[in-house]
Amino acid sequence: MATSLTTNKIVDQYFLEHRAKVLDIAAFLDRFDRAAASEGVAGSATTTDVRVRALCAALDLLRDGQSDRARRALELWSDHSVEPVAKAGMKGAIGAVPLP
Amino acid sequence: MYIDPHIHMVSRTTDDYQRMALAGCVAITEPAFWAGYDRSCAQGFMDYFRQLTETEPKRAAQFGIQHHTWLCINPKESEDIGLAREVLAEIPSFLDRPNVLGIGEIGLNKNSRNELVVLEEHIALAKSRDLLILVHTPHLEDKMKGTRMIMDAIKDHGVDPGRVLIDHVEEHTVRLVLDRGFWAGMTLYPDTKCTPQRATDIFEMHGTDRMWINSAADWGISDPLAVPKCRDEMRRRGHLDAIIRKVSFDNPQKFLSQSGRFRVQ
Repeated sequence: MATSLTTNKIVDQYFLEHRAKVLDIAAFLDRFDRAAASEGVAGSATTTDVRVRALCAALDLLRDGQSDRARRALELWSDHSVEPVAKAGMKGAIGAVPLP
Repeated sequence: MYIDPHIHMVSRTTDDYQRMALAGCVAITEPAFWAGYDRSCAQGFMDYFRQLTETEPKRAAQFGIQHHTWLCINPKESEDIGLAREVLAEIPSFLDRPNVLGIGEIGLNKNSRNELVVLEEHIALAKSRDLLILVHTPHLEDKMKGTRMIMDAIKDHGVDPGRVLIDHVEEHTVRLVLDRGFWAGMTLYPDTKCTPQRATDIFEMHGTDRMWINSAADWGISDPLAVPKCRDEMRRRGHLDAIIRKVSFDNPQKFLSQSGRFRVQ
């Protein structure tokens, strides 16, 4: 069941939606950096926040020219350990594990 | 005409039933899940199971929607093994009710030892009664690890993977699930699982055999019309009506009919 859309149709159909998503990410990082500047802490380029670091690492992955970007981004953010944790300390998940 | 095989209608309004019926929904299945807070005692679950087996079927029937359910104690409440075992001991008394399809949604949440113990006891119950299993896989960064642990536990109990649906798969887990012979479900969420666009991409990359789509709409950010929206996305891309019907009606009907209880008008 391969896609029946041509490259032109894909761009015509989805470009504006994804242009907006890129701007949302840009504005999010700008917002984070403005807050970091006012707090006197590290901005998005050097932050220790696990989630922002994970997001920026995924942005690098998107431009590496390789396929399966969605799968590889999810794997980048995933816990790769194999043993059960001793106790569930919280109900939810934050979206990414700390990068090495 | 479509089936939403995973939706939590106890958290939705009657207006949602009406809108789903207008969009072509003819049947749903509702797994037991976490209420957003921990229930204080096993009796709270008994009331919930009555709601799932008595109240919701009547509410759905007003709109021509056939309602089915799955019973369990959700993995988010499995850390307390004592409470979980109290609930597990009561579940068999509900299993013969006519809209109960099997055990679900069981699985893991934070991939803890206690969650795994409770998961295995649910699997053993399903195996002993030859019931279908609907599996919840963990959220976000915990999903890949948890999916592997869950599939290992099910295989260790000798359950036929063709009678198990592993839900909430995404790009990094779909192949793991299908390659081991399980059914795979894609949940359509605005933020935290698959969008209709990504679900359609996954169909294009991995095919449509042993796959379904669902809204898993609940009390959080979710959309009870997500399944028809994904059908529209597939249609926009030029996919055949037969393929769209396969993932949103034929496949769920095929899997769920193994229960001997699934009905669709």
